[in-house]
Amino acid sequence: MRINVDRDICCGAGMCVLTAPDIFEQSDEDGLVVLLRQPDAAEADIAGEATQLCPSGAITVADEGDPAN
Amino acid sequence: MAKTMPTSVAPMPLVDGLPVERSDPFDPPAVLEALREERPISRLRYPGGSQGWLVTSYPLARAVLADPRFSRRRELQHAPRRIAFEEEHPGPAEPGFFIGMDPPEHTRYRRQLTSHFTVRRMRDLEDRIARITAEHLEAMERHGPPADLVAAFALPIPSLVICELLGVPYTDREKFQHDTRVLLHLDSSFEEAMGALVSLRQYLHGLVVRKREAPADDLISTLIAGGGLDDEEVAGIAVLLLIAGHETTANMLGLGTFALLQHPDQLAALRADPSLEENAVEELLRYLTIVHIGPTRAALEDVELDGELVRAGEVVTLSLPAANRDPERFGNPDGLDLRRSATGHLAFGHGIHQCLGQQLARIEMRTGFAQLLARFPNLRLAVEPENVQLRTDMAIYGVHSLPVAW
Ligand code: SF4
Repeated sequence: MRINVDRDICCGAGMCVLTAPDIFEQSDEDGLVVLLRQPDAAEADIAGEATQLCPSGAITVADEGDPAN
Repeated sequence: MAKTMPTSVAPMPLVDGLPVERSDPFDPPAVLEALREERPISRLRYPGGSQGWLVTSYPLARAVLADPRFSRRRELQHAPRRIAFEEEHPGPAEPGFFIGMDPPEHTRYRRQLTSHFTVRRMRDLEDRIARITAEHLEAMERHGPPADLVAAFALPIPSLVICELLGVPYTDREKFQHDTRVLLHLDSSFEEAMGALVSLRQYLHGLVVRKREAPADDLISTLIAGGGLDDEEVAGIAVLLLIAGHETTANMLGLGTFALLQHPDQLAALRADPSLEENAVEELLRYLTIVHIGPTRAALEDVELDGELVRAGEVVTLSLPAANRDPERFGNPDGLDLRRSATGHLAFGHGIHQCLGQQLARIEMRTGFAQLLARFPNLRLAVEPENVQLRTDMAIYGVHSLPVAW
């Protein structure tokens, strides 16, 4: 699983940080999401939940084969 | 394309104004629950006479809130029932009132605030919130039973916290708490509500002007120093945050305590296992969903929603209390179960307008309930439950007062 974050549409609600603090962070400067690292296999569920809970749709799961990655 | 209905089918029933009357203090109006089962998207007649829609299911409410084809621009909305501060033909949102704007205007304002409401910043406030909470509970204990939990605890704590954060003198509280109440009272006349709003705006504008001269270590000063906003805009943001910081958490604490006292098994579980606290807060948010009027969104284009055609310009009202009781999403939805995982509830909304202050609200609730239960092991209602005054007459649901003894 590969995660993408889009800071342009993040609204800083912090659900990702609450849900998966090892993977996501909010920047002190602007409060917007920072992807600390890609989730490992054991973290797929929690990363998926953070994706689901993000209100603005700023976190997306990318296909492994997606050339954009 | 519109769904073509065979002519033999009975016309879709029309709900006349959003229902708010309840038969149980904690459950959404029964009509809404019935609608969710029958027709999670129904026709709704707005008080001004226009026809729009009412959404009562979880997936539909969530989908509309996340869909940029549905606008939050104030001038496009209709109120789903008469609310004093909602004009029938509202103008565009005033400077700083980003809650009534779409991107990019909304983004521009919200961006100025996000760094001040991060999970970490809010956690840094935890000690201060704990101290404020302890002081108020101590005062309540000294006062002795019976006491009104709303006046002694539920309202002053969030009020003091948002005042400190913004840099608003708490000594002026009588003024802005009064204005907030008038503004949000459904029985206020339009003139009264507008008067209260203008009064709040003038008060905060005066404060902004003074802080521009003599900045302090608070959010209003920081917004001014950021340089991207004029005084009107900063005052508008401050009005929004002051109102939002008052009535919401206060009612979650008041109504939440009432709900816990009426569910002794759940209360006992929480007392026995404080590690339930975070979970309990999410479940209370879901179960009580105090935003009981709106939110609304206006379709910017024709959108098909669950087989119905919502036409451009029509307004959709999302019932968050009904959505949060959707059995498709939460098993046994009408039971208060502090052990369930209620994450994903819509109590803070969804989409780009999702509550900015939600992490602050969570900490205030967690600290508030934990300390309240620890200090008063025998907390109980001091009146019969049916005599607790419910806020069906306010834009934010809750209790007007909660007499308790211990
Ligand atoms: S949950 Fe979404 S909107 Fe909120 S901070 Fe994380 S990425 Fe941004």
